[in-house]
Amino acid sequence: MPCSSAGAARFARRLAERNRTGGARAIKRNVAICLAAGWLGYAVLPWYGVGRDGILALAWLATYPDAASAPALVQALAHGRAWLLPIGLALALPLATLTLPREHPAFGRLLVAGGALGLIFAAIAGFGIINSGPRWGWVAAMFGDARQPGFGVGAVITVGALVMLFANGIAARGNFRGDAFIAGSLTVIVALIAMFVAFPVAGVLLSAVQDADGNFTIQRFVERILADNVWGLGCIAGGTSCGVAWNTIFLGILAAVFSTALGLAFALIATRTTFRWKKGLRVLTILPIITPPFVISLALIILFGRTGIVTGWLGVLFDIPRSRWLYGLPGVLIAQVLSFTPVAFMVLIGVVEGISPSLEEASQTLGAKAAKTFRTVTWPLMRPGIASALLLGFVESLADFGNPLVLGGNYEVLSTQIYFAIVGAAYDPGRAAMLAVVLLFFTLGAFWVQNRWLGETSYVTVTGKGDAGLTAALPRGVRWLCYATALPWAVFTLTIYGIILVGGFVHDMGRGDMTFTWRHYLTAFQVEQTGHGLFFSGSAWQSFFTTIQVSAIAAPLTAAIGLLTAWLLARQRFAGRRAFEFATMMSFAIPGTVIGVAYIVAFNVPPIEITGTGMILVICFVFRNMPVGTRAGLAALAQIDKSLDEASLTLGGRSATTLFRVVLPLLRPAIVATLVFSFVHAMTAVSAIIFLVSARYNMATAYIGSRVEAGEYALAIAYSSVLIVVMLLSILLIQFAVGQRKLGRRAPAVSLGTA
Amino acid sequence: MRTIAILAMLAAFLIAPGLARAQGEVVVYCSVLVDWCNLMSQEFTRATGIRVVLTQKGSGETFAQIRAEANNPRGDVWWGGTGDPHLQAAEANLTEEYRSPALPRLHDWAQRQAQQSGFRTVGIYAGALGFTYNTQALARGRMPEPRCWRDLLQPAFRGEVQMSNPPSSGTAYTALATLVQLWGEEEAFNYLRQLHRQINQYTRSGPAPSRNAARGETTVGIMFLHDAVAEAIEGAPLRVVAPCEGTGYEIGSMSIIRGGPNRENARRWYEFALTPAAQALAVRAKSYQIPSHRDAPVPEQAPRLADIRLIDYDFARYGTTAERNRLIQRWEREVGSQPR
Repeated sequence: MPCSSAGAARFARRLAERNRTGGARAIKRNVAICLAAGWLGYAVLPWYGVGRDGILALAWLATYPDAASAPALVQALAHGRAWLLPIGLALALPLATLTLPREHPAFGRLLVAGGALGLIFAAIAGFGIINSGPRWGWVAAMFGDARQPGFGVGAVITVGALVMLFANGIAARGNFRGDAFIAGSLTVIVALIAMFVAFPVAGVLLSAVQDADGNFTIQRFVERILADNVWGLGCIAGGTSCGVAWNTIFLGILAAVFSTALGLAFALIATRTTFRWKKGLRVLTILPIITPPFVISLALIILFGRTGIVTGWLGVLFDIPRSRWLYGLPGVLIAQVLSFTPVAFMVLIGVVEGISPSLEEASQTLGAKAAKTFRTVTWPLMRPGIASALLLGFVESLADFGNPLVLGGNYEVLSTQIYFAIVGAAYDPGRAAMLAVVLLFFTLGAFWVQNRWLGETSYVTVTGKGDAGLTAALPRGVRWLCYATALPWAVFTLTIYGIILVGGFVHDMGRGDMTFTWRHYLTAFQVEQTGHGLFFSGSAWQSFFTTIQVSAIAAPLTAAIGLLTAWLLARQRFAGRRAFEFATMMSFAIPGTVIGVAYIVAFNVPPIEITGTGMILVICFVFRNMPVGTRAGLAALAQIDKSLDEASLTLGGRSATTLFRVVLPLLRPAIVATLVFSFVHAMTAVSAIIFLVSARYNMATAYIGSRVEAGEYALAIAYSSVLIVVMLLSILLIQFAVGQRKLGRRAPAVSLGTA
Repeated sequence: MRTIAILAMLAAFLIAPGLARAQGEVVVYCSVLVDWCNLMSQEFTRATGIRVVLTQKGSGETFAQIRAEANNPRGDVWWGGTGDPHLQAAEANLTEEYRSPALPRLHDWAQRQAQQSGFRTVGIYAGALGFTYNTQALARGRMPEPRCWRDLLQPAFRGEVQMSNPPSSGTAYTALATLVQLWGEEEAFNYLRQLHRQINQYTRSGPAPSRNAARGETTVGIMFLHDAVAEAIEGAPLRVVAPCEGTGYEIGSMSIIRGGPNRENARRWYEFALTPAAQALAVRAKSYQIPSHRDAPVPEQAPRLADIRLIDYDFARYGTTAERNRLIQRWEREVGSQPR
C-alpha cells in the first residue's frame, strides 16, 4: 500500500534535509583536510625536487631548509624566490571559511577564489621561470635573472590541495547538486588531463604551424599538408604508391573490420554455443594482446618470409616462387588483425554477455525463430559493442607502430612516418606535427561516425529487476559462420605462438638451425650465485624489473581514473560534458610517437621535470590507456539501468557511496578489462615509450626492439615468451582478485535437461 | 583468499628490486651492436668499479634523444655509431670539447675526425662501405656475381637489392655521400634513380640489409662491410664485396655529452675506450671494425682498408647538417618519392 502524498512529500523533505546536512559536513571536513595538506606542502615539505634519489631517501633532511630543500614559504622569504609568495596568499584566503557556516555565501566564494588564484599563481611561477632563466619578458622584468629547478613533492601537494579547495568551493555554491565528490573528481580529472595530455600535445601541435625560429607560418603548414606524399593517389592512377594518409586509412579500415568480425565470432562462440573448448578459446584470444608487437611480425617472417618455413613448403610442393609479399600491406594487416582481434573480443564479450536474455526469451515466446530473434533483438543490442570494437580497431591500427616498422616494407603509414620525421637524420618536427594533425583528424572522424551510428537509442539491458532468463542459442547459419571464421584463425594464432614458444629454445629458426639450446634465455636471464648474494647478470633483467614495476603501478591508476571518468560521463549531467568526453579520448587518438616527443619536450624543463625517471613512464601509460577504461566503463554502464543509482540515492546514499557500493560491483568485467589492458599494454607498448626510456629506466619493449634491430630474433623471442608467461600469470591473478559480477541468471542445467 | 592475492600483487612490484645504486656511475648511450655495448660496459666496470647504465640505440635515435634532452642532459657519453651524427652534435654544441692524452696514438683518420669537430668527438673505429650477396639466393635466381656498383643495375637484380633509408640511417647517407664524391652529384643521382628500381625495400637501420641478406630475405644488401662479415662468420651464405669503382667509409665516433650528470666518469670511459685493450674487445663481441688506436690488434676477419679502393672521403663537407639535409632532401625528391 503506497503512503499518502503528504507522507511522501514529508519523506522527500526529510531525505533532502539529510542529504544536505551530510553534504555540508563532508564539505567542511574536506576543506579542513585540504587546507592542512596545502599548508603542509607550502610551508613544510621541500617545494622543489630534491635530487635523483627522491624524497623518500631523506637525504634532503640533512641540509633542510637550504635553497634546494626549503618549502615554498622559506624559499620566498629567505632564498629570494618571491614569485612563490602569491601562492601562499591565495592559500590563506580559504582559511577564513573555517569560521563560516557552510550556508554562508562567502564560504563557497572564498574557496573558489582561493583555489583559482592559487592555481593561476602556481602556473605563472612554474612556467614563467625555468632552470635557464625567465621564459617571458615581463617575468624577467619583475624578478630579474631568476632560476629554479623542477617542482617537487611540496608543490605537488599544494597544487593538489588548491584543486580540491576549488572543487569544494564549486560544490558549496550549489553546483553538482552540492556534491563535493563529483565536483572534486571532475576537477581533478580535468586538471590531470590538462597537465598531461593537453599541455604537451598543444606544444607539439604548435610546432606544426611554426617554422624553425618559432614564428607562425600558416603557409608552411598548408604547403606541407597538401604535399603529394601525404594525399597522392598514385596507387589508383597506377605507377607510384599512394599518399601516406590514404595508406593509413585503408589499413585502418581493413584491420578494424577484420578484427571486429573475428572478435565477434569468438565472442559468440564463447558465450552462445556449447563449443567444447570454449574455455581454451578465451585463453587463446587473449594471447595476442599480451604479446610484444615485434614478436608477431618476427613469427610471420619466420613462417611466410621469403625464406620462411611455409614459403619453403609451398616452393617445394607447388612450385610457388619465393616472394616478398609479406612486406607491405598484407603482412602489416595480418599482424594487426592478430593483435587487435583479442581487443575486439574483450570488448564484445562483455556486451554479448550483458544482453538481457529476457528480451530474447520474449522474442521467442512471441513466436520468432532463432534467426529472427538474432537479427531483430540480439544484433541491434550488440551494436554499441560492435561500434566500440570497430573504433578501437581503427584507432589502434592508426597508432600501431611496431608492426609497420618490421613488416611495412615500402607501405608507409603515418605513425612510422612521424617516427622517422623525428628520429631520422632529417629531423623535421614540423612535418611530424603536421602528420599528427592528419592522424588526429582521422581518429576523431572515426569517433564521430561511431556516435552517429549509435545515435540516442537505449541499450539498457541490465536492470534492477530480477532477470533470470536463458540466453538464446545462435541460429545455425550464424553458428557455422562463427566456427568457419574463428577456428582457422585460432589455429593460425596457435601456430604463431608455437613459433614463439619454440623460437627461443633453438639456435636460429630463421636460418633453419633447429638444435636445442638454452643460450638465448641465459643471455637474457642469467642469475649467478656470488659471494654476496644473487647477481642478476642477464642482459634483460634491468628492463624486466622496470617493466613489471611500471606496469603494476600504472594499471590500478589507469583503471581508477578511466572508470571514474566513465561514471562521470555516463551518470552525471554537467556543462561541457561533450568537451570533457572529447578531452578524455584525446590521448588515445594521438599517436604514441607524438606523445613520446611531446612528453620529452614538455617535461624536460621546470616546473615538471621528470624525463629520465620512472614516473614519466607511469604517467604516460596512465593517460594513454585511460580512454580504454573509459570506453569499457561506458559500454558497461550503458547496460546498467540508472534506476539502480537512483535507488541508492533515494535511500540516502551519497554519490561516492553509490559509486562504490552499487556501480563498481556491477562494473567488475570493465574493471578486469581495464586492469588487464593497462597492465598488459604497459608491458607491450612501444611507440611512446621508445622516446621516454632512459638508461636507468629501460622497458622490455624498447629492449626487444633493439634486439630485433640487431637481428637477434631468437633473443627477442625468448624475452617475449618470458613476458607472455608473466602477463598470463598476472591476468589470472587480476581476474581472481577482482572477481566476476554476479547477475541473477538461471543456471542452464534446466534447459539442457529438457532438451 | 582474495586479500592474499591482492597482497601478493602488491608485493610483486615492491620486491622487484630497485637495483642498488653504486656510488659512481656513468650513463652511456651506445650505438653499436648490443653485444659489444654489454661487453664494453662489463669490462669498464671490472677495470674501474664504476657502474655503467647503458642504453643501446641507433645513432639517429640517440642523436634525436640528446637533442631533445639538451636542456637537461641525462647521458654522459655517446659511444659508437657513424661519425656524421656525432659531427652534427658537435656542430649543435650538444657535446663537450675534450682532448684525450691518447689522441696522438690514434690513426690519422681518427685524429682528423677530432680536429674537424673542434675536439668534440673522436674516431674509435672505421669500416668501409660496400655490398654483400647471398650466394644461395644468387644461384637460385641464376644471377651474375656483382663486383661493382654498376653491376647492381643489371636487370637480373630488379627488386633484389636492399639498402637503408637515407633520411633515417647514417649508413645510407654515407652511401649517398660516397657516390656523390665518386662520380659527381648529377651522375650519382642518375645512378640512384636507376638503382631505385632495383630496390625492394629501404630499411630503417643500417645493418638491416646485411641481416636480411643473411636470411635470404633479399639477395643483395648495401651496408658497411663489417656488418656482413659478422653475419658470414656466424655461418650465413654471404659474400662480401668492396665495389670495384671505389667506396667510402665511416668513422665510428665517441663524444662526451655537454652537461651530463657524471662528467669525471664520462672522461674515464672516454680514456678507457681509447685503450688498445678496450678496442680489442670488439672481436669478442663479433664486431669486425678497424680499431682507431695504432696499437690495437686489427681483427684478421676485418675487411682490410688497404685492399679496398677507398675514396678520399670529405667528412668536413659531408658531415655538416646543411649539406646532409640538402642531399637527403634531393634524394627524397628525385629518388625516394618516385615510382619504381
